[in-house]
Amino acid sequence: MLNSLLALAQQPRIAPTEGDFWFPPQASSFAGKLDADYYFIYWVSAFFVLVIAGVLVLFTLKYHSKKNPKAERTSTHNTPLELAWSILPGIVLLYMFVLGFEGYTDLRTSPSNAVNVDVTAQKWAWTFTYPNGVVHDELHVEKDQPVQLTLSSVDVIHSFWVAAFRTKMDAVPGRYTKLWFTPTMTGEFWAQCTEYCGTNHSMMRAKVVVHEPGGLAKWLAVEGDPHGGGRTAAQAGEKIYRIQGCAACHTLDGSKLTGPSFKGLFERQEQMADGSTITADENYIRESILNPQAKIVSGYGPPSAMPTFQGRVKDKDIDALIAFLRTVK
Amino acid sequence: MSSTTATHAPPQAGVNYLNARRGLLSWVFTLDHKRIGIMYLVGVMGAFLLGGVFALKLRTELLTVGKTIMDPDTYNQAFTLHGAVMVFLFIIPGIPAALGNFCLPLMLGAKDVAFPRLNLMSFHLWMWGAIFFVIVLLTGGLDTGWTFYTPYSTTTNTSVIWAVMGAFILGFSSIFTGLNFIVTIHKMRPPGMTFFKMPLFLWGLYATALIQILATPVLGITLLLLAIERAFKLGIFDATLGGDPVLFQHFFWFYSHPAVYIMILPAFAVVSELIAVHSRKEIFGYKFIGLSSVAIAIIGFVVWGHHMFVSGQSTMAATVFSFLTFFVAIPSAIKVFNWLATLYKGSIRINTPMLYALGFIWLFTIGGVTGLFLSTMSTDVHLHDTYFVVAHFHYVMVAGTLWGFLGGLHHWWPKITGKMYHDGVGMFASITAFVGFNLTFFPQFIMGTRGMPRRYYDYLEEFQFLHVLSTVGAYVLAVGLFTVLFLLIHSLMKGKKAPHNPWGAASLEWQTATPPITENFHETPKAGNPYAVYDFEYDAATGDYKRVAFSDSTH
Repeated sequence: MLNSLLALAQQPRIAPTEGDFWFPPQASSFAGKLDADYYFIYWVSAFFVLVIAGVLVLFTLKYHSKKNPKAERTSTHNTPLELAWSILPGIVLLYMFVLGFEGYTDLRTSPSNAVNVDVTAQKWAWTFTYPNGVVHDELHVEKDQPVQLTLSSVDVIHSFWVAAFRTKMDAVPGRYTKLWFTPTMTGEFWAQCTEYCGTNHSMMRAKVVVHEPGGLAKWLAVEGDPHGGGRTAAQAGEKIYRIQGCAACHTLDGSKLTGPSFKGLFERQEQMADGSTITADENYIRESILNPQAKIVSGYGPPSAMPTFQGRVKDKDIDALIAFLRTVK
Repeated sequence: MSSTTATHAPPQAGVNYLNARRGLLSWVFTLDHKRIGIMYLVGVMGAFLLGGVFALKLRTELLTVGKTIMDPDTYNQAFTLHGAVMVFLFIIPGIPAALGNFCLPLMLGAKDVAFPRLNLMSFHLWMWGAIFFVIVLLTGGLDTGWTFYTPYSTTTNTSVIWAVMGAFILGFSSIFTGLNFIVTIHKMRPPGMTFFKMPLFLWGLYATALIQILATPVLGITLLLLAIERAFKLGIFDATLGGDPVLFQHFFWFYSHPAVYIMILPAFAVVSELIAVHSRKEIFGYKFIGLSSVAIAIIGFVVWGHHMFVSGQSTMAATVFSFLTFFVAIPSAIKVFNWLATLYKGSIRINTPMLYALGFIWLFTIGGVTGLFLSTMSTDVHLHDTYFVVAHFHYVMVAGTLWGFLGGLHHWWPKITGKMYHDGVGMFASITAFVGFNLTFFPQFIMGTRGMPRRYYDYLEEFQFLHVLSTVGAYVLAVGLFTVLFLLIHSLMKGKKAPHNPWGAASLEWQTATPPITENFHETPKAGNPYAVYDFEYDAATGDYKRVAFSDSTH
């Protein structure tokens, strides 16, 4: 467990290249306005905090009982003053509301030329389906091209956040939610899950890569199809293992996560939760991918934490995964 | 005029509510609000200690990237239990049930609350709720987060049913306390005490009680539905059964947002008492402070959707909730300005209770203004479910409630126990806790804005330094709080005898013996202006304040 966690912790980390004291880099078209809204509230807040703290300290020093042994009986109310300090800050608050409303309607209104990418969330991986049918575990987009994400979840609620883009949306089981943005900076960023979803919630991140205009098609052609690029079935299977999020629960080094490790699994005798023993052969693997609740290895349920991949993987993908599992010794 | 108020010297010297009856059963089945208050005090402080141990475990785990002392599942349990224990067992009952129970009848010059048996029952229910949480700890723990979001909570294999039933029982305890306080305030005020002549602590408790009885039933129903959903797969919240997980969030926050004001209103009310008494000034803007509590209680009911700006809720709903949320800021700001105006030209005594009150103003101001970033919809989308939110609600809920609680505890301690404590050590503890708290939570604002989500076991290396600061702050905070514990235990064992009115306060709880007799007062005292602190002068001969005038003037 420790080793695999350390391995996860040692994944390449994407350091912020820019940004200021408070913010990561401004990598989407929202970032400029949102940061400006933030700084407006920030300076209004700083003003009030400093005034309040200043008056507090000043009065405490000036009217300390040692200096001022007897309190003066000043007036106990002053309605115009009370109304003034109720209404005047209220006007500033109203302005903040308007700023937030403008920004929010912008965040929620995608332009008609946005390219749609479907995002499937599951414990603990993101899967992206591109318009041409390519499925991948990384989100690749182009600078200055608006992108709309249609989010759904196969298990619990997750939330998709790219801090550098300043936008976020929950992925809720049983409904679709939408999120859009226009990247304005090339580079690599992290998408992180921000709705608590269990064991590996903090590991549930996906790489977001912003290409120069024209770069996406090239990437989709080379990396998009796991079976292409002259890959053998086993190599394609390994790619699918990563893309479909299998790696979130099944290690290759024998350590135990939410699911059993794949190390040496193929054609091994496995003890089931119901007491029976089966051989982990091609048919068992196929069934476990399509109907994970059918036969559960002892110690991993029931119910199994795994969602079904029925409709999400093709027969060819399953063949490739089996070919890959044969090689994991 | 002093002859019309309660006498300071009880006829049977030395007999008080603490020693009038002895034995464990005289406590367990007592109907005396003061003893019930003390049992709550011990109970909530025990819960706070437990929640605090979880907090220190969390902060220690977050000291380094990757694993430090525990695996992810243990971490998820620790933050869940930290939140659930702190919220349900400490923060919500903390001030109203412990300090409120002790003070409310005394402040009214009454013998007890309106329904003493109901009061005892509400404590017993609190105990049962606490026992359920102990069962949770022993039967697989809980890893849902204190918010119990579905469908995670209906599918995880931890002890969700025990926990929600525990919270359900605690809800009844809270409702009973609220009901009792409302009736007591309406029916048992002494002659001369109109609503606008009550101490502001009672206004705070009254507003709190309104929320307790109106919002808590919704939580009860929600948790019951959750338990039924888990046990019988009914399909209310679970999408695979045709339910709607977002519905749970609406139900949950319909209670839990007003509950935030259950936590903070009593603290506001304590601070109003402390600022007035220890600056030797009549409170400024009494009506605005009192009515602002009620305003917050009412507005608090219509802002729950601001927890759900990224949940898939409609833009229209989000807009309405954001707009209404800004209205909470106004009554909150009113209180802060009025406290400052009260300090003006006062004779400010810097002692332990006053340091907590002044610390509260700073901490609550930070907590309040950072709420503006979260009520503004666009910035909330970025900050939602990040460490910014964690820092914000700790500044409001924890700093607010804890500083109010500790300030009130040190203020009323002499009356409760009849003992004084070492003021220097008390101030040291207060300052240490203040420094530790800010060091723990201020860096979390920076982390959140920069991209650190909440409830994360592991994090990106760029946040390491800020996490170290935060963890060190948590240890400093713990040192401060343990000092408070030792200070109070030392006071119980070795403290000097407390005078009847050590602070020179004008409200009625100080106009009886210390500690009070079981019946509180020998005769119903006459209520004057509860903030006429100028009616009392320090008498060096007795070491106590004595009444020199009786002011009845309204505000």
